[in-house]
Amino acid sequence: MSRFTHETLEKNSLLLLAFVIIVVSIGGIVEILPLFRKETVIEPVEGVRPYTPLELAGYNIYLREGCYNCHSQQIRPLRDEVVRYGHYSLAAESMYDHPFQWGSKRTGPDLARVGGKYSDAWHVAHMIEPRDLVPESIMPSYGFLMKNGAKLHDLPKHLKALSVVGVPYSDEMIEWAEKDAKAQATGEARTDTEGLIARYGDKVIARDFDGQPHMISEMDALIAYLQVLGTMVDFDAAKNVEGGAQ
Amino acid sequence: MTSDTVKTSPNYNYDVVRLFTLATIFWGVVGFLAGVFIALQMAFPDLNIEPYLNFGRLRPLHTSAVIFAFGGNALFATSYYVVQRTCGVRLWNDGMAMFTFWGYQAFIVIAALGYVTGVTQGKEYAEPEWYADLWLTIVWVCYLLVYLVTVIKRREKHLYVANWFYLAFIITVAVLHLGNNISLPVDFTGAKSYSVAAGVQSAMIQWWYGHNAVGFFLTAGFLGMMYYFVPKEAQRPVYSYRLSIVHFWSLIFIYIWAGPHHLHYTALPDWAQTLGMTFSIMLWMPSWGGMINGVMTLSGAWHRLRESPVLQFMIIAVAFYGMSTFEGPLMSIRAVNSLSHYTDWTIGHVHSGALGWVGFISFGALYYLVPRLWGREKLYSTKLVSLHLWIATIGIVCYIAAMWVSGIMQGLMWRSYDDMGFLSYSFVETVMAMKPFYIIRALGGVLYLSGALIMVYNFWRTIRGDVNPKEDTQLQGAAA
Repeated sequence: MSRFTHETLEKNSLLLLAFVIIVVSIGGIVEILPLFRKETVIEPVEGVRPYTPLELAGYNIYLREGCYNCHSQQIRPLRDEVVRYGHYSLAAESMYDHPFQWGSKRTGPDLARVGGKYSDAWHVAHMIEPRDLVPESIMPSYGFLMKNGAKLHDLPKHLKALSVVGVPYSDEMIEWAEKDAKAQATGEARTDTEGLIARYGDKVIARDFDGQPHMISEMDALIAYLQVLGTMVDFDAAKNVEGGAQ
Repeated sequence: MTSDTVKTSPNYNYDVVRLFTLATIFWGVVGFLAGVFIALQMAFPDLNIEPYLNFGRLRPLHTSAVIFAFGGNALFATSYYVVQRTCGVRLWNDGMAMFTFWGYQAFIVIAALGYVTGVTQGKEYAEPEWYADLWLTIVWVCYLLVYLVTVIKRREKHLYVANWFYLAFIITVAVLHLGNNISLPVDFTGAKSYSVAAGVQSAMIQWWYGHNAVGFFLTAGFLGMMYYFVPKEAQRPVYSYRLSIVHFWSLIFIYIWAGPHHLHYTALPDWAQTLGMTFSIMLWMPSWGGMINGVMTLSGAWHRLRESPVLQFMIIAVAFYGMSTFEGPLMSIRAVNSLSHYTDWTIGHVHSGALGWVGFISFGALYYLVPRLWGREKLYSTKLVSLHLWIATIGIVCYIAAMWVSGIMQGLMWRSYDDMGFLSYSFVETVMAMKPFYIIRALGGVLYLSGALIMVYNFWRTIRGDVNPKEDTQLQGAAA
């Protein structure tokens, strides 16, 4: 048998192809596979829960409109970012995002902890015409979200699909998805939110987000999503625990 | 056609190459136009027309149009041309080759319709939903088959270096596409799907894909283009055979590791970030190996550069390739990245590669191909090629200089503090500071688009068979 040289590859295209596949596989295998030992990658954090059905509908609107093209959801552990946006992002906080929405560009500010920073009314007005509130803003307007009814009837299917890929939605959550979404967008005063709270915890915000009591709009869903961003982990409580241990 | 005639004079399949060439030109103009429009939206937000023409929906349209429609068709056109010429045989299976053309155009249209109507996976450069991904997989497997079988039945013993790069591009893009699009449709009658990976894992897979879309789609494939068209137009052999071997294998090995540099200081584990940074810096060398091999091919034939604006396109392309592959490793260093990430610097970096390298090497190849494919002796006008070259070059310089200034400025403004230790600027103050640079950038885009329109005119006249009377040497001789 003749000696193996580069000529061997140049004369045998299938062998060349096989070598290429091997050579390009190594880096990906080394960097990606270890990440699926999740216990070493994602530190468990108390408070992180799957999105409620209404928040999930909002997450999907966020994707649909391509918000990630201009807004990141990943606060880096750098002094200015922590001052501007809050505690740096933890791996656990995006563990139920299929896929992640960390973004790559900040044409607008980071949104990882936007939840609770502005009122619902501010979001509604800002989404309808950003320049009414921030004259120098270059964000597009999203008034049409007020007129579009949120698509809630197929939410059980969405929760089901997500449960297949690993989000811990129970059968009960899947069954009640549409009703839970309606309850969350209506609020305690006008409907029974007990089941929703039993399933998703007492921190869930249930109210009429868009100020249009006669309908559940896409604006309701999007604001419900924005208002929960970065609020699941109670960092003050975590600090107290650390302090107590000392 | 008998096998004897094939042996004596290969009857090349130029039909499909011509179609891909026309598609390249068409989608190029569409992609540049979309780019100019969204650049203007960033300076003048009133140009957003909700919901279909908002920036968030048009930006993927722009990136896909230039990367996959313009770049992809250019790769199809040139790879089908080069593989026939360097293997000395006709492209295998006319029917399947033609299917790759219509199949790929269908993919582009399906994806584009999805973007404006809000159908997206929400992953940059991998926005098309599951049904479009499946369709592309079928087209891509056919592409690999057409290319590979043509290579296997070649008459040359050795496989020419351009084909190594095209082959690596086709197979690796297939691997990346499959790896990054594993998702579960909510309903097989609906468009929506959820990616199987979430959070950190989906981020790593996405940027493994994203950076290697740059590495294999926009680099390896276009290096294949360089390895054929530069030596052809310069009428010189490739500078160093040994260098081409070394830089080919090191490039494809190292590129794959570079993805995590998009995720510095994020929740991705530090070891992965460090690996990404280290390999990104190492990547500088094989990249410059390619640049050196391209530029030095002209050694002993530098006068050709003066005579041929087509060669000028290719050499400026290789120079931009060298520049952006130096800038890339620099930006992958954590400390630099802490400033550059999330800013326009990244956008400028991408465009020096996309407009300078990918665009110019493609224009060079197109100017080489069009007269040959349509059996014309020469282009309608060489002067218009020069005009295109200079307008587009000035456009790129405006673009990337504006993005350097705006990116670095915004990065510095975000992290600047006053005497009391408070942040000096609110976010929107940093947005206001960007406006003049967004206008300059849009202007750069307009120039680049104008250059492309000049090219379209030149091709239209060339294909019609016209020669500019002022440049027709025979006519001038007759007049004198």
